[in-house]
Amino acid sequence: VASVWILSECVSLFQVNVRDALNQAMDEELERDERVFLLGEEVAQYDGAYKVSRGLWKKYGDKRIIDTPITEMGFAGIAVGAAFAGLRPICEFMTWNFSMQAIDQVINSAAKTYYMSAGAQPVPIVFRGPNGSSAGVAAQHSQCFAAWYGHCPGLKVVSPWNSEDARGLLKAAIRDDNPVVFLENELMYGVPFDLSEDVMQKDFVIPIGKAKVERRGTHITLVSHSRCVGFCLDAASVLAKEGVECEVVNLRTIRPLDVDTIEASVMKTGHLVTVEGGWPQYGVGAEICARVMEGPAFNYLDAPAVRVTGVDIPMPYAKILEDHSVPQIKDIIFSVKKVLNM
Amino acid sequence: FSWTCLFYTTHFYHTLLNKPEMQNEMETSSSNLSAVLTREQGLQYYRTMQTMRRMELKADQLYKQKIIRGFCHLYDGQEACAMGIEAGINPTDHLITAYRAHGYTFTRGVCVREIMAELTGRRGGVAKGKGGSMHMYAKHFYGGNGIVGAQVPLGAGVALACQYQGNNQVCVALYGDGAANQGQIFESFNMAALWKLPCIFICENNKFGMGTSVERSSASTDYFKRGDYIPGIKVDGMDVLCVREAIKFAADYCRAGKGPIVMELETYRYHGHSMSDPGVSYRSREEIQEVRSKSDPITMLKERMLSNNMASVEEIKEIDVDIRKVIEDAAQFAISDPEPPLDELCNHIFANDLPMEVRGTNPWVKLKSVS
Repeated sequence: VASVWILSECVSLFQVNVRDALNQAMDEELERDERVFLLGEEVAQYDGAYKVSRGLWKKYGDKRIIDTPITEMGFAGIAVGAAFAGLRPICEFMTWNFSMQAIDQVINSAAKTYYMSAGAQPVPIVFRGPNGSSAGVAAQHSQCFAAWYGHCPGLKVVSPWNSEDARGLLKAAIRDDNPVVFLENELMYGVPFDLSEDVMQKDFVIPIGKAKVERRGTHITLVSHSRCVGFCLDAASVLAKEGVECEVVNLRTIRPLDVDTIEASVMKTGHLVTVEGGWPQYGVGAEICARVMEGPAFNYLDAPAVRVTGVDIPMPYAKILEDHSVPQIKDIIFSVKKVLNM
Repeated sequence: FSWTCLFYTTHFYHTLLNKPEMQNEMETSSSNLSAVLTREQGLQYYRTMQTMRRMELKADQLYKQKIIRGFCHLYDGQEACAMGIEAGINPTDHLITAYRAHGYTFTRGVCVREIMAELTGRRGGVAKGKGGSMHMYAKHFYGGNGIVGAQVPLGAGVALACQYQGNNQVCVALYGDGAANQGQIFESFNMAALWKLPCIFICENNKFGMGTSVERSSASTDYFKRGDYIPGIKVDGMDVLCVREAIKFAADYCRAGKGPIVMELETYRYHGHSMSDPGVSYRSREEIQEVRSKSDPITMLKERMLSNNMASVEEIKEIDVDIRKVIEDAAQFAISDPEPPLDELCNHIFANDLPMEVRGTNPWVKLKSVS
């Protein structure tokens, strides 16, 4: 904890990395509501494959923290069934790549049921796990699923960037009575952020469906989610030295998309670049551009909106190839300058 | 007033397990081969099964008149399964099945009117017309599921919730012979056995997965043995009392915390797989006729009751007439009830949420969605 002076007030700041933010959020929600439980591979005795659930099994025991066999379709279905019958499961996929084994349960059993039953059967479940590219894990372990799940009505899909996002959105997701797809990022787990006392309160939640403007600017809007938000802020710092002020919008939620915040920003800056780690075709950026086209913000665009995305290939292994498969800060800077005709 | 029926044999087949204490358990139960049927029960089972039968036949009619559309998987022939199961569990227990679900929707407490109106897609349907044939729900009844096999892990999950909440309830998770080869079913078996979930896995073996006979789909057609390390029971699914007694045993077993049970109910469907299947390209009309004449579940029950002086022919006729009225009334309702209002199109996306906007077919159409 650090005490800092902000506007002549002494404020406590807690340095918390994303992993611990997630851990604390789950701990507090497990304590708050006995219907909440966690299941997944290695979540209990291993403390979590990525240590996100460290200490929880020791504290809550076998009943509430459940190690599953390596059977995603089965345990995801079991989690959904438990939600049907009144519990509030957190179903961890070790990575979202493995969710493809269970995607039928996420979409057909979880997402659609409240609608099919005309409101008789809610499904209060959270599916969570690391999403998107990591480091050196190659093609089968690096896919981003934001677009896939973001496509489906009946799901809420969130993609936190920093520790505040992770904490507030996970609490919101667990308290939500609907299926939430919670896309974490493995490379962000170890990154520390300063959290204020307010954020550390047990009832701190971030509303699902609201984006946050992380940096105010006037010349161009950068819209991003997850780890790429950090890259956008870094690019913005570099561009500021050249007199370009970027507004950086952290989506926080993929579905429902906060079009209002995006439009307000674009109407102010007149320029838009979306930044994501996933593939371009039919992706998050594509959706944002389409929405801007269809709405009032289009008339304010001084240039076509463009997308910065992962390269349209399966993720290679060699470091040099991997580095060139994901958006880098220089790619964002390049695209901003192109859009601004610099 | 009630009579007690002279009992008759129900036949249990059971797997022999490596655990001697388990063997004793199973042998004890299989030596308890008799069941008692009271007059009251008999009449109730008859009424319920006959209602299911007539309801399905009416659905057949309405489908051919194009008043019911899409998928329609009929249950006639299999009534003893649904009735026997319901008779063997409590209303507070749980049940989930696949898409041949109209019978279970009824036994789990939804009235015929609401079932038929759901089939015809009207606002008075149990799912307000939003679900259709395959997606009907009730208290402690989780559908009606369209994806073959997916309901089995869901059922195991319901059982997990029962265990977690310590409420002494069990979940019955049904699937067909076609679904029995699904990987996720074996995943469910594993976790249910590992964690001793109070789940009764039931395979309704009606000999055909769509048009594929069990011999052509399954390397092993002993579906009650597929649970391997889970005790299995094979039951005559055309005999409502056999089914009831088997379920009672299984439910007691599960409630005692001993873990799951796998059950195979041997049964038969008179209709094809669905209304788009005449059902005679992969089996003979003679076979269907033979089952109808020798093993019809409703006829069997009726004849037992009549021959044991538990009911009179007139009484049964009266019940039939009564049921006919119920079905006619339900069909009338199902035909005349209006379709759901268009302004409710986008409702029920999320539970307990503020109203939200949903995009229509084009950007100028903004629709409203409430929970």
